[in-house]
Amino acid sequence: MITFMNNSDSEEEPCNERTSLMSAESPPVPSYQDGLPASEAAEVQAHRKRRTGSNRSPNNIADGDMSDLGVPVRESALENEEEELTLKYGAKHVIMLFVPVTLCMIVVVATIKSVRFYTEKNGQLIYTPFSEDTPSVGQRLLNSVLNTIIMISVIVVMTVFLVLLYKYRCYKFIHGWLILSSLMLLFLFTYIYLGEVLKTYNVAMDYPTLFLIIWNFGAVGMICIHWKGPLQLQQAYLIMISALMALVFIKYLPEWSAWVILGAISIYDLMAVLCPKGPLRMLVETAQERNEPIFPALIYSSAMIWTVGMAKPDTAARGPSYQTWDAAEDGREDHRSPSHADSRMLETRNPVPTGPHTTFEEEERGVKLGLGDFIFYSVLVGKAAATASGDWNTTLACFVAILIGLCLTLLLLAVFKKALPALPISITFGLVFYFSTDNIVRPFMDTLASHQLYI
Amino acid sequence: AFFWLVSLLLSSLIWFIAVKASDPRDEPLQRGLLIFGVMFSVLLQEVFRFLYYKLLRKAIEGLVALSEDGCSPISIQQMAYVAGVGFGLMSGAFSMINLLADALGPGTVGIHGDSQLYFLTSAFMTMVLIFLHTFWGIIFFHGCEHRRWWEIAAVVIMHLAVSGSTFCNPLYVGSLVPSYLLMAIAAIWAYLLSGGSAQNVRRFLLCKS
Repeated sequence: MITFMNNSDSEEEPCNERTSLMSAESPPVPSYQDGLPASEAAEVQAHRKRRTGSNRSPNNIADGDMSDLGVPVRESALENEEEELTLKYGAKHVIMLFVPVTLCMIVVVATIKSVRFYTEKNGQLIYTPFSEDTPSVGQRLLNSVLNTIIMISVIVVMTVFLVLLYKYRCYKFIHGWLILSSLMLLFLFTYIYLGEVLKTYNVAMDYPTLFLIIWNFGAVGMICIHWKGPLQLQQAYLIMISALMALVFIKYLPEWSAWVILGAISIYDLMAVLCPKGPLRMLVETAQERNEPIFPALIYSSAMIWTVGMAKPDTAARGPSYQTWDAAEDGREDHRSPSHADSRMLETRNPVPTGPHTTFEEEERGVKLGLGDFIFYSVLVGKAAATASGDWNTTLACFVAILIGLCLTLLLLAVFKKALPALPISITFGLVFYFSTDNIVRPFMDTLASHQLYI
Repeated sequence: AFFWLVSLLLSSLIWFIAVKASDPRDEPLQRGLLIFGVMFSVLLQEVFRFLYYKLLRKAIEGLVALSEDGCSPISIQQMAYVAGVGFGLMSGAFSMINLLADALGPGTVGIHGDSQLYFLTSAFMTMVLIFLHTFWGIIFFHGCEHRRWWEIAAVVIMHLAVSGSTFCNPLYVGSLVPSYLLMAIAAIWAYLLSGGSAQNVRRFLLCKS
């Protein structure tokens, strides 16, 4: 990275060179819980995929299984229960997702507000080659639109690439790619981040200590994410990775391009998930045909237990109707962001044994949200914090808007029970609230505050 | 919180349009517009509180229909409380957070001749507003539930009164004192509506079971 090369004074060239080198090999960071699904997840993750899958009523699965096993009498009685549980668990899942999303945003906003490095302009990614320092407004707009087109096409290309890789079962390739990518993220980005934070607070640290800290952090992170680890540690690492990724985006995306990209990604998400020929949909269908669980990697999971026997048969039985995903964003590797924007919300079904004496382990259900969602939400809030002149009001408004969007998305997911993208609603709300709060509410509140009036 | 935010958005939109359409140099007009903006915003907040009540009503009906024993897991009073807290928190956050951020930095309060108690009074005012919103939420929802329109009207009038009293600032005695009085009244009223009584209070204070 730029700063890696010359401590925060960077020229455009080394930056571009490094980014192009890294982009070629930056695999996404997977977050899998077990090996086999991990490989698929890895493939899928290889390009930033966002999927929002949410199965709101895990009970359904179990119920479905039981029905399959010939207990039809209970079906109708169970349906009501299912719906009620849908709502109950829906609320619980919303809360389970609020906390990590909030944490990620808090980390990003806190960093943006305190560490000036992330708001300085030090070059741009190669994916956004057009500069925004142009004299006229029209030119600037044009440049940002061109940047967006380039970025989105990169994403589409990477998604298609990923689908092809997955179709032709090049699991090892993707696996290696992912590991490399998460290595880079955990070590390099953390090193830069730590360096900047220490600089901001003027804390001296010697290299051996730094090496020790980063080594431990990175090694434990790799183990937790790629192999096994305590659930909360894994969640914490995923949140940190998302925050780091979001910070990189905030720093290196020029202003107008960032907003246009956010908008375009939502639209792309919508299309890629809902259109029949969308790459994500095809990916999912392929995975379902092979009866493989989809994307455990690169997803934030709040679920508890993932046993290996988790349900291939269950997945097969339930697969199509219960997964809702979001369009993937591809090419995370493409941006030197190894992590992925997977905005997927999958509800894990607990490992229900398929048998007439099925035990409902309701507490093990969890919700999964793709890391891509985290990242883009945090990018929106972080950009609001960085560039809004109304400061905290705007940030707060965007934060509330995104959370409400998340709620609504989960609600729609429960109602429709099919693949729905997670990004569009939240990002739309966030954008609307950002622009309106910054331009309209801010003068009003400022005037009120100066006269000390209260509404 | 979201509903409060939307109401704030709409009311600032109206004010913004009004300001842009008017002459910026005309001081009394600007002040008049500000007053109009404030009142309109208060009314809009109450409208949104009502809309939120309608939404929650539908949600409760849905929950009741789905539940096994015919009662929903969360009662309308709890929802009223939560709604009030949400409104209050959002309003408080929007009022205070920029002040807090500025308070962290260097500066002198009131150096240009304004009141030196600015931060303190802002804090107290915000606190009283948050409490008031919570109580108003309870009273409002109760009024909607039992079709007692005078309760709803009372909430609206109280809100207008509190906002109006802030026009006395920086004569803080004119705004803080009435607001706290109103808060006490609203607190007692909400407590009684939620099923409390003087006996409960006495028992609580004397630690009887």
